[in-house]
Amino acid sequence: MTDYHTTKAFDTDLQDLSRMVAEMGGLAEKLVADSVDALAKRDSALAQRITVADATIDNLQREIEEKAVNTIARRQPMAVDLREIIGALRLANDLERIGDLAKNIAKRVIALNGEFPPPKLIRGVEHMTDLVLGQLKAVLDAYARRDLSKAMAVWRGDEEIDAVCTSVFRELLTYMLEDPRNITFCIHLMFCAKNVERMGDHATNIAETVHYVIDGRPIADQRPKGDTTTLAALKAAGADR
Amino acid sequence: MSTMAAFTVPTVANAPINMDGLAEKVAIRNLDFFYGANRALKDINVSLYHGKVTAFIGPSGCGKSTLLRILNRMYDLYPNQRATGDVLLDKENILAPHQDLNLLRAKVGMVFQKPTPFPMTIFENVAFGIRLYEKLSKSELEGRVQHALQRAALWEEVKDKLGANGQSLSGGQQQRLCIARTVAVRPEVILFDEPCSALDPISTAKIEELIDELKDDYTIAIVTHNMQQAARVSDFTAFMYLGELVEFGETTKIFTTPNDRRTQDYITGRFG
Repeated sequence: MTDYHTTKAFDTDLQDLSRMVAEMGGLAEKLVADSVDALAKRDSALAQRITVADATIDNLQREIEEKAVNTIARRQPMAVDLREIIGALRLANDLERIGDLAKNIAKRVIALNGEFPPPKLIRGVEHMTDLVLGQLKAVLDAYARRDLSKAMAVWRGDEEIDAVCTSVFRELLTYMLEDPRNITFCIHLMFCAKNVERMGDHATNIAETVHYVIDGRPIADQRPKGDTTTLAALKAAGADR
Repeated sequence: MSTMAAFTVPTVANAPINMDGLAEKVAIRNLDFFYGANRALKDINVSLYHGKVTAFIGPSGCGKSTLLRILNRMYDLYPNQRATGDVLLDKENILAPHQDLNLLRAKVGMVFQKPTPFPMTIFENVAFGIRLYEKLSKSELEGRVQHALQRAALWEEVKDKLGANGQSLSGGQQQRLCIARTVAVRPEVILFDEPCSALDPISTAKIEELIDELKDDYTIAIVTHNMQQAARVSDFTAFMYLGELVEFGETTKIFTTPNDRRTQDYITGRFG
């Protein structure tokens, strides 16, 4: 028994796919960090560069798709090999979405040009981003090492991000109620926070994929959820009346 | 959003075999087989079901062809070969000494790796087996031959040359002629021992299509070295290694999430 295929080129194909996903993951991480950095510093130039850099991620996703389709066509993969390839496709999708969300934050930084939201509000989004980056790094690490327990820790760890998102949402709501002139930047910030929260969801998606690649089965448990912004909105609307 | 519902990669991992509606046609129990002193099969337990195709896969020498040859007592032709345990066909032990071998081989037909047409006409190739077991009128016999050739998807190609020599057909046609010959004696179980390994891809596809059409009426077992073929044609797959049955399960499960490391290494091409 061996971990290697009799056909070495098949191993190379699978290793290439894994490497491309890892590269894409690294780029996505950097884009996320940069986008919130640009938001904190209101750095429009950095924001511009992010919108361009997202194209690299999109290209990588296309390359991964092409490589995956070719490998399926040429090698007819079975069992764990098939799951590896399906996993790479799914990861590429999630990472591409994360890139898009970072790009959307960058666009809002450009739109916010000249407006100066209180740093306290941005700190909430920054804190969320730190948590999401931690999750993203951990899950990409779990993928690289095929580490099931690490992937499951990420899968369970999204709750805190959701909870911070809910508190950011409440704070922004208070600002908007205080003075309608705050609404524009608060809405932008709200979308930024929601984008970061969604990145966290993609990290848990990736954790599910890593679980599938390793174990072949979907996760049986229900994931803990901490996002109660929908309920907060209902309460706020009720309090307003 | 990340929800369980979004996790849609299809998998039947750990799905137990649903036995509802499965009729056990052949039950192999505690089967051992010996070539002289060499124990080629070790305590095999597996069932074949009516209306289903079971594929036997495994590296050369794992015992899959040996197992197939036991199901119609082919090994009786050779000295120093013996089987112990039970092979129940409709609950009757076919390994019993009093078993009528001609009757057994009429019930359990076999198609071999290399097409084996007899050196006679296409018609006679198919009629030969029928005549062994039944006395039919000329028109009845013709009807049976036509029906068998139709079931083997060969009729349209040979109906105008039934008097031609069976060996004049192409390899793929010869193999379908052999299937017609097998079907003609109305067997209940059909064994295919690497039926496509000598055929081109189009002939292979025709045989696979044929197996799919035949399976509703028979119990089919196929030994194949072609993993994709096993995945395509079978409902159940048995993986054998060094004379043991390592894993048996629904084909979709075996080829997506096998339980045994050895099965996984074999089907993914990581063997030794």
